[in-house]
Amino acid sequence: MTEIREYNHERAGGQPSNDWPAYTSTIKRHPQRQPVALKQTLTEITGPTFTGGWTGAETTDLTKQHKGEPLGERMILAGRVLDEDGRPVPNTLVEIWQANAAGRYAHATDTHPAPLDPNFTGRGHTVTNEKGEYRFLSIIPGAYPWRNTYNAWRGKHVHFSVFGPAFATRIITQMYFPGDPLLEFDPIYNSVPDEAARKRMISRYDPNLSVAEWALGYRFDVVLRGRHATPVGL
Amino acid sequence: MDAKLIPTATQTAGPFFHFGLLRPAWADLTDGGKAKGDKIVLEGRVTDGDGAPLPDAVVEIWHANAAGKYAHPEDAQDKPLDPHFRGFGRAFTDKDGVYRFTTVKPGAVPGRGNALQAPHIAMSIAARGLLHHLFTRVYFAGESLNTSDPVLATVEDPARQRTLIAAPDGKANGAAVWRFDVALQGKGETVFFDF
Repeated sequence: MTEIREYNHERAGGQPSNDWPAYTSTIKRHPQRQPVALKQTLTEITGPTFTGGWTGAETTDLTKQHKGEPLGERMILAGRVLDEDGRPVPNTLVEIWQANAAGRYAHATDTHPAPLDPNFTGRGHTVTNEKGEYRFLSIIPGAYPWRNTYNAWRGKHVHFSVFGPAFATRIITQMYFPGDPLLEFDPIYNSVPDEAARKRMISRYDPNLSVAEWALGYRFDVVLRGRHATPVGL
Repeated sequence: MDAKLIPTATQTAGPFFHFGLLRPAWADLTDGGKAKGDKIVLEGRVTDGDGAPLPDAVVEIWHANAAGKYAHPEDAQDKPLDPHFRGFGRAFTDKDGVYRFTTVKPGAVPGRGNALQAPHIAMSIAARGLLHHLFTRVYFAGESLNTSDPVLATVEDPARQRTLIAAPDGKANGAAVWRFDVALQGKGETVFFDF
């Protein structure tokens, strides 16, 4: 008989509900039945590991993926992946993607009539170090319109995909920017009921991370589910 | 349990994730056929409440190797690891809502209280319109352990339980094809788990 240590359940109000009609794409896609409670097993407390370099050469400089430099405000985007108890989550895959400075994605189905930037794709990935740290160099993405409702605009954001140590900890989220006037009106941002949890998704301008005459620094820590202190029999 | 930090909330992957999460090689979990065990194709269609296919979903899977061991440090079972099998896969749905993985049939892994779980694959689905990814499990029709699987047993309605069971669907390049459709909403809605 082996033992496992379970991951904490997500807190009430700390996560969005998929049943959120203000974001109209949810209407036909959200499950109508309650999810079935599953007691975590070895399946849920394990997950892919990212040591050994199998995810390929890291792409942490999004400004050097083409011949020239992209337009926009240069941004150092750095932070840590932590668990709820503040412990670093090392060796985990962080993937980001974003729009260019004009608010246009390098994606075939993005038809927003803003210019593509031939020098910007907007994709990066890295594996956190022993301290759970990651760091990218990019440009600040632009806001862009979407057709959720008439004249709707998304706040500036960078998409994040983070795994953590288990299948249970995997999240996909978006990082926002401080002081963005669009957040108040953004139904995706506002889908998270708890205000403190919403604010957790906003990065922080860090003058100490900025590099003089070069780039603005933004910090964004990703906090994953922590674990029960006591193991349970498996 | 004295959690101190507020966990980061999830947000939708949106419609434009493809270039950010593009990893076509990850749809093959067998390392080009070198993994041990019975090769299988796991495929299915993801549909919405109108039965319309989702052309913009990302499906990820995680499962044990053919011997029933996870490639993870917390799996302490005395079973062999397979150097050619990591157990993780990612695939996008195509314009018809269809995802497809090539992998091996997983072995059984322990559940709680010394119960053996039936062979299964953990699956997560993210998409435009999903603010939080969905977790489900794929079981295999005809497995004798299905009748005693503790997770399947929590789904008492037989019709709902059937949404968790992949059906054999012929062969492709010598590999058994298992079909597992995912209905996000409405009639035949797939069972999703919270854990």
